[in-house]
Amino acid sequence: MEPSAPLAIRVPAPRDVGATSTIIEIEDFNFSYGAKQALFDVNLKLDARRVTAFIGPSGCGKTTLLRCLNRMNDLIDGTVINGGRIRIHGVDINGPEVDAIELRKRVGMVFQKSNPFPKSIYENVIYGLRIQGVGSKSRLDEIVEKSLRGAALWDEVKDRLHESGVGLSGGQQQRLCIARAIAVQPEVILMDEPCSALDPIATAKVEELIHDLKKDYTIIIVTHSMQQAARVSDKTAFFYLGRLVEYDDTQTIFMNPANPQTEAYVSGRFG
Amino acid sequence: MPAPVPNHPFVTRSSRGRLIEGAVFWLMRLATYFVLVCGLCVLGDIFLKGGRTVFQAEFPYVNVPFLTQAPETLYVFEHEGQKMQLGDRDFRAFREAATAKAKAAGQPAPQFRTESYVYSAGGIWPCIVGTVLLVVGSMSIALILGVASAIYLNEYAKDTPGVRAIRLAILNLAGVPSIVFGLFGFGLFVIFLDWNVSLLAGWFTLAFMVLPVVITASEEALKAVPKGFREGSLALGATKWQTIRKNVLPYALPGILTSSILGIARVAGETAPIMFTAAYVVRDKLPWEVEKVSDFFFQGVMALPYHIYVVSSKIPQNEYTARVQYGTAFVFLFIVAVIALSSILLRNHLRRRYQW
Ligand SMILES: Nc1ncnc2c1ncn2[C@@H]1O[C@H](COP(=O)(O)OP(=O)(O)OP(=O)(O)O)[C@@H](O)[C@H]1O
Ligand SMILES: [Mg+2]
Repeated sequence: MEPSAPLAIRVPAPRDVGATSTIIEIEDFNFSYGAKQALFDVNLKLDARRVTAFIGPSGCGKTTLLRCLNRMNDLIDGTVINGGRIRIHGVDINGPEVDAIELRKRVGMVFQKSNPFPKSIYENVIYGLRIQGVGSKSRLDEIVEKSLRGAALWDEVKDRLHESGVGLSGGQQQRLCIARAIAVQPEVILMDEPCSALDPIATAKVEELIHDLKKDYTIIIVTHSMQQAARVSDKTAFFYLGRLVEYDDTQTIFMNPANPQTEAYVSGRFG
Repeated sequence: MPAPVPNHPFVTRSSRGRLIEGAVFWLMRLATYFVLVCGLCVLGDIFLKGGRTVFQAEFPYVNVPFLTQAPETLYVFEHEGQKMQLGDRDFRAFREAATAKAKAAGQPAPQFRTESYVYSAGGIWPCIVGTVLLVVGSMSIALILGVASAIYLNEYAKDTPGVRAIRLAILNLAGVPSIVFGLFGFGLFVIFLDWNVSLLAGWFTLAFMVLPVVITASEEALKAVPKGFREGSLALGATKWQTIRKNVLPYALPGILTSSILGIARVAGETAPIMFTAAYVVRDKLPWEVEKVSDFFFQGVMALPYHIYVVSSKIPQNEYTARVQYGTAFVFLFIVAVIALSSILLRNHLRRRYQW
């Protein structure tokens, strides 16, 4: 990770992106917490196997939209979708035929505050598989190793798999949560400010990891760090007061935004 | 000439304020000592006098018959110039032996002029058994019902006025006097459901009495489990019940168990709820001496608190009854202390397993 001055954001040269395909389509989406509307007419198409960043000032609805993608907002009393829909692979995820449990197996989530369970590292990783009833020891061992390697944590914990996951450092805990999420082999991983509690070195590790995970997973990341959005994402969506203001290639958003509000936000003049 | 008043910001204030403060402080201190002394007197009295019944100077140092026999009537009489105290069974054997001996010697059968005192000989074994059965049974019922409704209230039910009213009702239930619970149990279980005076009726009456404690404690313990554990589990595709079972309840269990067991230890000491529903003054058979398994649940039992009540207020008092009263109280306190202690040990054990 090269040090960069806060305001001078260096966007990496465009990577070889290859052909893209849309996996998630958000159409005219409106969402309210009781009487308080949090999202207004959001339209967004997210690419498969790419990293999309959601940015915007605090309270603009980034977390709300993210949690709509795996229906975690169902758990909050009084939430309503008042208009529009979200499709994943063309299926309306709020449709009558869709089971939120099955959806969440395909759309995993990593939380802002890392939340390893007070179980062993091993049990943390296989939690989702145990839920699904996978019992074969050799298969579980294999998945634990694969997921921890995938989360770039294997070398650090391979000798203490049966110690508590709570005993890890903050950055390790967050990577354990990522390992736990990829152990159930989702297609999409939602990350809500995954690095906000981490130091720069741990952040760099997680960012590197996100870069690697892109090969296999669609990643949507909420972040308050412009540098982070610039470093890890292919596309960036800027939200303001519950509305999508601008959505484009990350490079365009940071170097050449169409909207003056976006320009002001990414250059650090408000937000 | 008055002493010169020093001139700095830390000058001692007027002595009146200090006097009041000192007096208030001493009043509170004395109140604390008073409570302490009262408590020590009660406990000391029971431990000293009860200890004399339960322990003895010779091997095996514990009064085994007191702990392992049923209560008996005590016979006090004079025989060949000796003052004797014997329990019911021993007295009969003694009389028979003496009569046989007299017959063999060709003398007339000896006359025994006895004074008898009920429940003053023998032990309290059936009461110990009964109390343990009542505690274990009511604890199981209260834990199952209480934890289930706490999970429902805390995890499933939405926070509607109805749910809040239920919570309030449960809290108020905790303030209902135990005699009312006893009458309620008598009316519902003994009469209406026709269970008679039975273990089952006692279990449910006691369980209903501790339910408020169990529910409140369980709700507190469930609330203390971080929300992140629930969300993390749900986000991995677990159902709500799987989440609760695997990732909430295990962490809440130490708190639930400790408070519940302590609550039950308290309730187990109540006489009022069992005196109409489960307790017999005396019962010759031990609870497991039944013909059918179902009889087990529909029999009354003797219990320590009720036995204390009976021997201290239902029979004529004399020098011989005090022995049983204090001994029973001592054993009872000991059992309650063991229950409380084991709940604390259990909590510490479980706490060490789940830390976050
Ligand atoms: N559980 C809730 N109940 C009611 N209103 C909520 C709830 N959660 C969020 N909101 C409101 O919805 C709006 C969007 O919140 P959201 O958490 O999505 O913002 P955010 O962009 O993630 O902000 P931050 O960057 O601070 O995390 C805010 O105005 C917030 O007050
Ligand atoms: Mg947020």
